[in-house]
Amino acid sequence: MSWNTVLPMIVFLLIVFAVGFWAGKFVSQTDSFLQEYFLGSRAMGGFLLAMTMMATYGSASSFIGGPGVAYSTGLGWVLLSMAQLPAGYFVLMVLGKKFAIMARQYKAVTLIDFLKSHYNSDRVGILAALSIIIFLFSSIAAQWVGGARLIESLLGISYTTALIIFALSVMIYVVIGGFRAVAITDTILGSVMFFGTLILLTAVIIAGGGVGNIMERLIETDPDLVRPFGADGELTPLYVSSYWILVGVGVVGLPQIAVRAMSYKNAKAMHQAIIISTVFVGIIMLGMHLVGVFARAIIPDIQIGDSVMPVTTMEVLPPVLAGIVLAAPMAAIMSTVNALLIMVSSAIVKDIYLSYINRNADDQKIRRVSYRVTALLGVAVFIMALSPPDFLIWLNLFSFGGLEAAFIWPVVLGLYWRKGNKYGAVYSMFAGTGSYILLHTFYPDAFGMHTVVIPVILSFLTFVSVSLLTERKAAQEPLRKIS
Amino acid sequence: MKDRMFSDDPRFKVAKREAWIGVGLVIINFLWWFGFAYGLGSREAEEYKYILGFPDWFFFSCILGLVWMSALVIFTVKVFFKEVPFDDEE
Repeated sequence: MSWNTVLPMIVFLLIVFAVGFWAGKFVSQTDSFLQEYFLGSRAMGGFLLAMTMMATYGSASSFIGGPGVAYSTGLGWVLLSMAQLPAGYFVLMVLGKKFAIMARQYKAVTLIDFLKSHYNSDRVGILAALSIIIFLFSSIAAQWVGGARLIESLLGISYTTALIIFALSVMIYVVIGGFRAVAITDTILGSVMFFGTLILLTAVIIAGGGVGNIMERLIETDPDLVRPFGADGELTPLYVSSYWILVGVGVVGLPQIAVRAMSYKNAKAMHQAIIISTVFVGIIMLGMHLVGVFARAIIPDIQIGDSVMPVTTMEVLPPVLAGIVLAAPMAAIMSTVNALLIMVSSAIVKDIYLSYINRNADDQKIRRVSYRVTALLGVAVFIMALSPPDFLIWLNLFSFGGLEAAFIWPVVLGLYWRKGNKYGAVYSMFAGTGSYILLHTFYPDAFGMHTVVIPVILSFLTFVSVSLLTERKAAQEPLRKIS
Repeated sequence: MKDRMFSDDPRFKVAKREAWIGVGLVIINFLWWFGFAYGLGSREAEEYKYILGFPDWFFFSCILGLVWMSALVIFTVKVFFKEVPFDDEE
């Protein structure tokens, strides 16, 4: 790869660094460290909110994995990817204003905080904290492996060197700048993702001689590529529709997304963010997956799915532009990882350390602990990612659907259903995550739907029935904790 | 003891209404997406018409679907969503 390609990526990393240090200033000047470091002092405007939601949501799979699958399955996979469109508006609308108001009353900084105060239960808190720490830790490690592999293949350096570059570039600004640095860098990373998609899509269409031409060539290769059922007919309508739960509405239950829905400044910011994130998520998902399909008509013999996007980029774009576009998947991975890192760190500091180990820590002490925990986490992930243990990879398989099944109902029904109580919450978390792991192991894609569907239904039934059964018992206990 | 989180605070009414609007939009979104994709897409490839180069099912379901949902979201937010304060004046 030529220097012309590498240069834009280096410039891009430097800008991200600079932002991290700049955000670090806010952290050092604040008088409420926790609120600033883990939530950016609830000061986010609409554009920032939209970009950080979109960038956190869009990960390696949107830019590398997804286009690779689209390359071999055809337009049916693009259709499936459009199930992600609701993630742009649904989360903010459903959690919405009630979540924002209640989170402020509870003075909640994390999703766990919110659940703990809302159900007035330490058990809910500790359970939520543990599942977040375990699942998200493993998915950070998996994303790091992805990021390092990408650098490795692009720059032709060793995996270890690539991992060091990647780890350092993420950790430094997250440790120093906290949530605000994450949100602001997400805005830059999100823009890179957006424009990268547009540039690449345009270039691919031109290289293929227009959409009509590309479609003709695809039909020559295999007419099923332009039908909605996948090249082998594996994409049944039921299966594709079940993705609406996994990547569409279920996203409400992802802690790293939900926490963003309590970090914005006011209702106006929320309204703006809904509009911007819908349009951006839609264009990026549609664009990147289309690139994968179109690539099939231009370079028909790519063997490895994950290399479709990088290979196509270098084929159809001049070096400097290729560098900018290749920064997009890097940006997607970084912006997912940074959000997870600060999320896990907040779970450890706020929900374990401050709740159970040292309840009376002063601001200075919290500050030191937070920096240290975030940095140590980074180091731990780094060591794990050097040679990822099988157990970690196994855990990561559940991190998306497992967390959704655990949190969706305690959060959503907690907001809107008066009778929901802590017993319902605890049991539905067990039922959701437990059944997800069991189903995934013994009966994946049950009844022709993605594995996530049944656990989400089970955790709903558990939440409602247990809450109703324990209604009397719960009524005798003190209600919510408003600090 | 009265539960403040489920009081008749008018802001909560607004929030509830908007959450239901979100659910409604997803249902519209899903029906549009599903209807065009499998309604038109189930034919054989040679029976498709092509719009701007794309097969008709894909054009309506995914491309027009994105344009139309974006427009609908913008319209809904501008017309039906109310601005309310988040902090309590206590």
